[in-house]
Amino acid sequence: MTLKRKDLLTIRELEPEEIHQILDTADSMKEIGTREIKKVPALRGKTVINLFYEASTRTRTSFEIAGKWLSADVINIASTVSSMTKGESLLDTGKTLQAMRPDVVIIRHPVPGAPKLLADRLQAAIINAGDGAHEHPTQALLDLFTIRERLGRLEGLRVAIVGDISHSRVARSNIQAMRKTGIEVRVAGPATLLPRYPEQLGVQVTTDLEAAIADADVIMMLRIQRERQGPTLLPSLREYSRLFGLNVERLKKAKEGVLIMHPGPLNRGVEISPEVADGPYSLILDQVTNGLAIRMALLYLLTGGHPAER
Amino acid sequence: MRLLITGGRVIDPASGLDDTLDVLVEEGQILQVGKVRGSAFRVQGKKNKKPTNQEPPTSSVDRVVDATGKIVTPGLIDMHVHLREPGREDEETIASGTAAAARGGFTSICCMPNTEPVNDTASVTEYIREQAQKVGRVHVFPIGCISRAQQGQGLTEIGDLVAAGCVGLSDDGRPVMNAELMRRAMEYATMFDIPLLPHCEELSLSAGGVAHEGRVSTELGLKGIPSTAEAVMVGRDILLSEYTGARLHICHVSTDESIRLIREARARGVRVSGEATPHHLILTDEAVRGFTTNAKMNPPLRSAGHMTALREALIDGTIEVIATDHAPHAHAEKETEFDYAPFGIIGLETALGLILTEFFHSRLLTLPMIVERMATAPARILKLKHKGTLAVGADADITIIDPDRKWTVEEHELRSKSKNSPFIGWKLKGQAVMTIVAGQVVWETP
Repeated sequence: MTLKRKDLLTIRELEPEEIHQILDTADSMKEIGTREIKKVPALRGKTVINLFYEASTRTRTSFEIAGKWLSADVINIASTVSSMTKGESLLDTGKTLQAMRPDVVIIRHPVPGAPKLLADRLQAAIINAGDGAHEHPTQALLDLFTIRERLGRLEGLRVAIVGDISHSRVARSNIQAMRKTGIEVRVAGPATLLPRYPEQLGVQVTTDLEAAIADADVIMMLRIQRERQGPTLLPSLREYSRLFGLNVERLKKAKEGVLIMHPGPLNRGVEISPEVADGPYSLILDQVTNGLAIRMALLYLLTGGHPAER
Repeated sequence: MRLLITGGRVIDPASGLDDTLDVLVEEGQILQVGKVRGSAFRVQGKKNKKPTNQEPPTSSVDRVVDATGKIVTPGLIDMHVHLREPGREDEETIASGTAAAARGGFTSICCMPNTEPVNDTASVTEYIREQAQKVGRVHVFPIGCISRAQQGQGLTEIGDLVAAGCVGLSDDGRPVMNAELMRRAMEYATMFDIPLLPHCEELSLSAGGVAHEGRVSTELGLKGIPSTAEAVMVGRDILLSEYTGARLHICHVSTDESIRLIREARARGVRVSGEATPHHLILTDEAVRGFTTNAKMNPPLRSAGHMTALREALIDGTIEVIATDHAPHAHAEKETEFDYAPFGIIGLETALGLILTEFFHSRLLTLPMIVERMATAPARILKLKHKGTLAVGADADITIIDPDRKWTVEEHELRSKSKNSPFIGWKLKGQAVMTIVAGQVVWETP
């Protein structure tokens, strides 16, 4: 079994059938993580490189563990320890890595489109682990997986995505992924953090949080990225929390038992209160666990099970 | 050296000519414009009422150029070029840039001052002009800085710059944010009757932006440059120009809002003109999809609505000039992540072909309208004496155009040192087949 494509760069380029194929493959991968010996030989002899130009703990670790459970050799390159800081261009770094014959290069980069730059020129499969505010496809896939696992379906569900939509790759990928699988998406956030042309993303936007969550089956809270925002976008985290934070009181306006998601890392007390983050309907840690299954599935599908061809 | 161009359709809006005529050139000047009928050379044109029985020119000329079926126009003038010399000779030199201009049909170009060092003193201006004299294929008219070191703090010695040969003032690429400095620059410039050519961009609105703030940037997650970043500054500079009486020429207009401001100001009699680039007239931000760095320029390629407004403004004359904003960049600098790539594309060798293909052959502009926007108006705005016209006595800067010649933009044929063009591979209709500068043929198609 294999994907029709060499790389996974965006959700936008995926057909709905491909999304379901990845989710179904992840279903069978998930069991590996429950074994006492968490290792299968599927990617034995394959080399996977984590090329991270941005700080990351959970995504990098998730890819690393996923690769290792499948018996791949996983190498991590982070921007602080490599030639990246010596001014080598991304393409030169990519060509150098290519010369070492990797099977998969996973890249996270602050600039939209950087993974495509590599994908167009390298023989290795490229997986986008987040490119600027553009896309974070594996996050969206693991989110869909988590929703489907809990609710048994995707079609016909309602999901509210709340927070900084404008700068969020998680939002961009999730909006695409959800629309392609029949989920109705509503988006809410402060006017300064909403995209100027939301219709291009295919969603309705509102600044009214309670309207957005009223009949949602799932509420996905986004992280307020303090490090990325200048002082002109929000007056204060305090006011943001008051207007858009999800707390127990506000949850009373939503459906009973509405599921709560967050891509992490959490700003407790800012976009989400501890009671909600740790509450009975929180899927936040399921998302992390399921990330392994999705990434194993992708590594498996992109290396194709046809070693001779690569 | 006497040169006779016979049988072409001579289009010179400045002297009201549009007829099948012959042009006789001597000593770098237009000697006669008229009709050969047998041996009689009948003089045409409003300004020339001399007797019609001049000597038969064909017997005494050094070269006869048969321009039958072609267009003979005053040499095209590009008001907005980056030559990169001094400082970035790896990207373009005065020699290579003027060679590209000659191939593109331009006989005069204005070079923007953001070289290294910037052109903010007479000595840099003089260097450029001397170098252009030595190795240039076409005339080079420098644009001087508005502010010292392009820092936006204090005025350059504008009197010196003008004396050394600058024909306009601009801090192109580093817009003057200090409104008081802009006001004083305008006041000071009125003493020399020299136009200001601002790159209008309110930097606080565009900060960090790499593409037009629109549907495409929303989808791709690219930081946007809103159309208002340009228009806010166009508005400021129009108001200051009206207040000071300075002549204002807005560089590379790209937005609907800017056009509305210019149109309204012109209706009130403000001395403001504007230019549009072929790429803003032909491409939209859709070209950015795929993170194509040769679609990254500043101002950015806008949405279709803005492009349509710009086309209308070019057609109705609100935008008087077509200029290229020819901006050479090294290959390695463009072959990088979108955010890190420099803004700009080359344009000298594709401008005429693009405009003929997209505007003449699409019946949006007539040939006289194109000549007006690529030669007549630039000469008028910059007050270039004896240029932009084929009147008797004018400089013999002439472009001969085959409007029907089909050609493909090939990278290896570009004479510019840099190849950063989104138009490589485009099939165009219409090209300059001969470029004549001061009576000398500096380019003819092989």
